[in-house]
Amino acid sequence: MKIICLFVILSFPLSAQPEVPLLKQWANDFTGTLNKSQLETLNFRLKTFEDSTSNQLVMLMIASLDDYPVEYYSHEVAQKNKIGTGENDNGALLLIAKNDKKLRIEVGYGLEGALPDALASSIIRNEIVPHFKKENFYEGITEGINAIISAIGGEYKVKRDNSTDDERPQIIPIIFMILIGLFMFFFRGRGGRRSGIFLGGLGGGRGGFSSGGFGGFSGGGGSFGGGGASGSW
Amino acid sequence: MKNKGLIVTLSIVGIIVLFVIIMVVWGIGSYNNLVTLNETVEQNWSQVENQYQRRADLIPNLVNTVKGYAEFERGVLTDVTEARARVSQFNVTPEVLNDPQAFQRFQQLQGELSGALSRLLVTVENYPTLKANENFLQLQAQLEGTENRISVERRNFNQSVQQYNTTIKRFPNSIFAGLFGFSEKQYFTSTPGAETPPKVDFN
Repeated sequence: MKIICLFVILSFPLSAQPEVPLLKQWANDFTGTLNKSQLETLNFRLKTFEDSTSNQLVMLMIASLDDYPVEYYSHEVAQKNKIGTGENDNGALLLIAKNDKKLRIEVGYGLEGALPDALASSIIRNEIVPHFKKENFYEGITEGINAIISAIGGEYKVKRDNSTDDERPQIIPIIFMILIGLFMFFFRGRGGRRSGIFLGGLGGGRGGFSSGGFGGFSGGGGSFGGGGASGSW
Repeated sequence: MKNKGLIVTLSIVGIIVLFVIIMVVWGIGSYNNLVTLNETVEQNWSQVENQYQRRADLIPNLVNTVKGYAEFERGVLTDVTEARARVSQFNVTPEVLNDPQAFQRFQQLQGELSGALSRLLVTVENYPTLKANENFLQLQAQLEGTENRISVERRNFNQSVQQYNTTIKRFPNSIFAGLFGFSEKQYFTSTPGAETPPKVDFN
């Protein structure tokens, strides 16, 4: 492990690497450019987008890359935060380095079809950069996010909206519950303690399933292969 | 006396049997581990190849688009086309990974194509109408995206080779690696001069 780390460091002799943050929100501004209500609006938009489509789109604005290549940095941020679900790799990151006047849309493996490099580049050049040139960061980010959402919106659906896959996963837990109920009923006298443990284990498993949806952003395990486009203003 | 001799013989045999069992178990574990690492390297290699292929597929379209605007940049365009042809002619098999010379050759050919492409893109800077062409901009974005994917996949590949090579060189895996025929694999190295943009002569 140590050797791999060393190797990774050695392969980027270009400059010191800026810190790769662990993101807690969908919209992140480390430069203080956006005000609180603007950030909240963006965050809410991205959160509801994830809730309805399972696509994770994250915005990150940092001050400077310290001459580190924007492609490397955005790939590292996206990988570290595991944006997108592990199943579909449907994550995307809009990275803005304000003082370097550079930006990049990093696209996860699963969204490369819906948001190819050429489209990402076109969004940067035509939707975002014109606003950034006039220092209108909020407008640029909003337009960019809207364009990305309209490109990738239809690519994946949240599982529970899918009516065909819906039936079986719902029936199985019910059958399971009934079996456990019967099991508990018949063995209550002899193995009450054991069945209690059994149920405890099941409850823990379900808790694990539902966690992650509450509060802030948490990555779903998506991975990235360098797709997307970079730009500057 | 007779009994004592028997006990000594039996315990020696027992130790040998135990040793053999340990070696076999160890060998199986080591072999399976090496197979997994080898598979990872080959899988990452195919990703690298895919991205290089994708780049080669983009080139004809790019060359045609540029041709329409920069007719007299024949030299630069021919360089790209020829470098691409040489890359396509090179037959890539998984054996390349174990053959330092073939690997070197593959890397050199891809490097030449990268060089020719970046010269083309620098030349294009002199043609404002071409640079404003949406079709060209999209091709350029695709090419940049592919170059970036290549670098990502190369890094992944190098990391898996690193892990593989370290494993086969370390004791006790080194014994089993030699026994089962796992040999050291090649890395990508950065080509000298790849960081500096190429100079173009407009005379």
